[in-house]
Amino acid sequence: MRKTFFIWVSFLILAVIASVAGTTYYLRASIRERVIISTTSSLYDTGLLNAVETRFEAKYPIDLNFISVGTGIAIQHAKRGDADIILVHSPTDELGFLTGGTGVNRKIFAYNFFTIVGPEADPAQIRNATPLQALSKIVDSGRNGTAKWVSRGDNSGTHAKEKSLWTDAGFNWNTLAKESWYINVGSVMGETLKKADYFSAYTLADMGTYLKYYNDGLISLKVLVEQQKDLLNVYSAIAVNQTLHPRVNFDGAITFMKFLISDEGQQIIEQYGKGEYGQSLFYPAVRLLKENTDSTIAQWIREYAFFNGSECPSEYRKGYPELYG
Amino acid sequence: MGNEIIDGLLKALQLIISGDPTLVEICTRSILISGSATILAFLWGLPVAMILGLKKFRGRFLITGFFNAMLGIPTVALGLLLYLAFSNTGPLGFLRLLYDPVGMIIGEAILVTPIIVSFTTSAIESVDPEIKDLAKTLGASETEASVAVLKESVNGVVLAITASFNRAIAELGVALMVGGNIAGLTSVLTTVIALETGKGNIELSIALAIILFLIVFVLTISMNLIQRRRA
Repeated sequence: MRKTFFIWVSFLILAVIASVAGTTYYLRASIRERVIISTTSSLYDTGLLNAVETRFEAKYPIDLNFISVGTGIAIQHAKRGDADIILVHSPTDELGFLTGGTGVNRKIFAYNFFTIVGPEADPAQIRNATPLQALSKIVDSGRNGTAKWVSRGDNSGTHAKEKSLWTDAGFNWNTLAKESWYINVGSVMGETLKKADYFSAYTLADMGTYLKYYNDGLISLKVLVEQQKDLLNVYSAIAVNQTLHPRVNFDGAITFMKFLISDEGQQIIEQYGKGEYGQSLFYPAVRLLKENTDSTIAQWIREYAFFNGSECPSEYRKGYPELYG
Repeated sequence: MGNEIIDGLLKALQLIISGDPTLVEICTRSILISGSATILAFLWGLPVAMILGLKKFRGRFLITGFFNAMLGIPTVALGLLLYLAFSNTGPLGFLRLLYDPVGMIIGEAILVTPIIVSFTTSAIESVDPEIKDLAKTLGASETEASVAVLKESVNGVVLAITASFNRAIAELGVALMVGGNIAGLTSVLTTVIALETGKGNIELSIALAIILFLIVFVLTISMNLIQRRRA
């Protein structure tokens, strides 16, 4: 009796282990080489990265695993070695990430513009104002109780941009954030737009996410201030230094980076959204910077997102010189 | 707004009936991950529960108290802890469990272990202690007597397993923080519902919510029926 009992118990344990192992094998069977990409939410939530992924995975035996967060969190992931490459849009934070030693091989691959959106009625009358004037007007109306402002409040690239715009407009963001018309939602871009829509408030958004949400009928906010130098938005890819985090897939990350800046990758960026939304959500930046095809915008990008006259000063480069050829 | 709900419901039903591949894939993954987690938790939870339920020793109430308290652990708190542990710079980073279904299985198994232990322990405790003595009087060994008690408490064990699976499949914190909702690899029912709704993918979210509800509902009802038939 005792013996049969133990046979049964060991049989049960074996069966459990076999079933869990089988499940694990099944769940991971599809895994090829993987590259983990922590990305600013705008690139993923607009669907652009899905379009890139399909074309990339057809070409390379590598799976792209996107984690859609915000620039701040993406950089944190990278610093912990939990991402192989990040896609971000906050030059100041990026410089910190490069000088900290974790980030290497930065490549600017796309740009678009931030936009100040708000309710159609436009209570603060900011339509066609400059961005800084618009912010002043919103503060005045906010204090009158006629307007509200919604902020990402999540240390994302858009949030960083918002803070620097407040500073440029002569306000202290920390004190503004405590005023009652200033709503801190702590969400990714799409969620923030929906909350701003719900509160009939103004907010700062990247054009790509705004167009996607507006055309999908998720929000009715209107673009009130757009396409100005102060509102430039530049996206770059930065790989994680393998010397610091030996387990990251550095080569895979570079393969993906090269695809993003290749003619094919740049074309996907340019075409994405044209059919569905009538205009590109993002514009490719590689040829623009290389051949100065639009010298005004190329100059703006250089002033806004270059460090010491380069998208990636040589001390932050690691192998793969062809990236900067 | 009413229209949106009805519209979403109809489109969701369409997705379910047509067997939309994404939908099927997410559901299969959810069931497999939660099922494996429950089985694992049962594997290590049952011996603990048997010791706690059958043996009397000093400090026993501390251990049962600990498991009872852990029943209510917030899933995001456990998710955070596991994220820090599984992270590449964390103590278990070398296992590469972050953003991986295996990491999710282990995380959810830890999450539901207190349910298995607490429910099973109290089921065993509620069995008339004379059964064990009776079995021994009839010449049964210690192990055989324990098995006899376990047989009597099988209803409680079934309840423990059902509750564990339900908690595992319905929780968000661990799945999101350890899994990361990577499409095609770690996205499960709850993470997709939480994140796709914001992207306007409302039909898919509603369809998944219906399925999640159905899984939990059908499982619980059928377990109840089985118990009733046994009783």
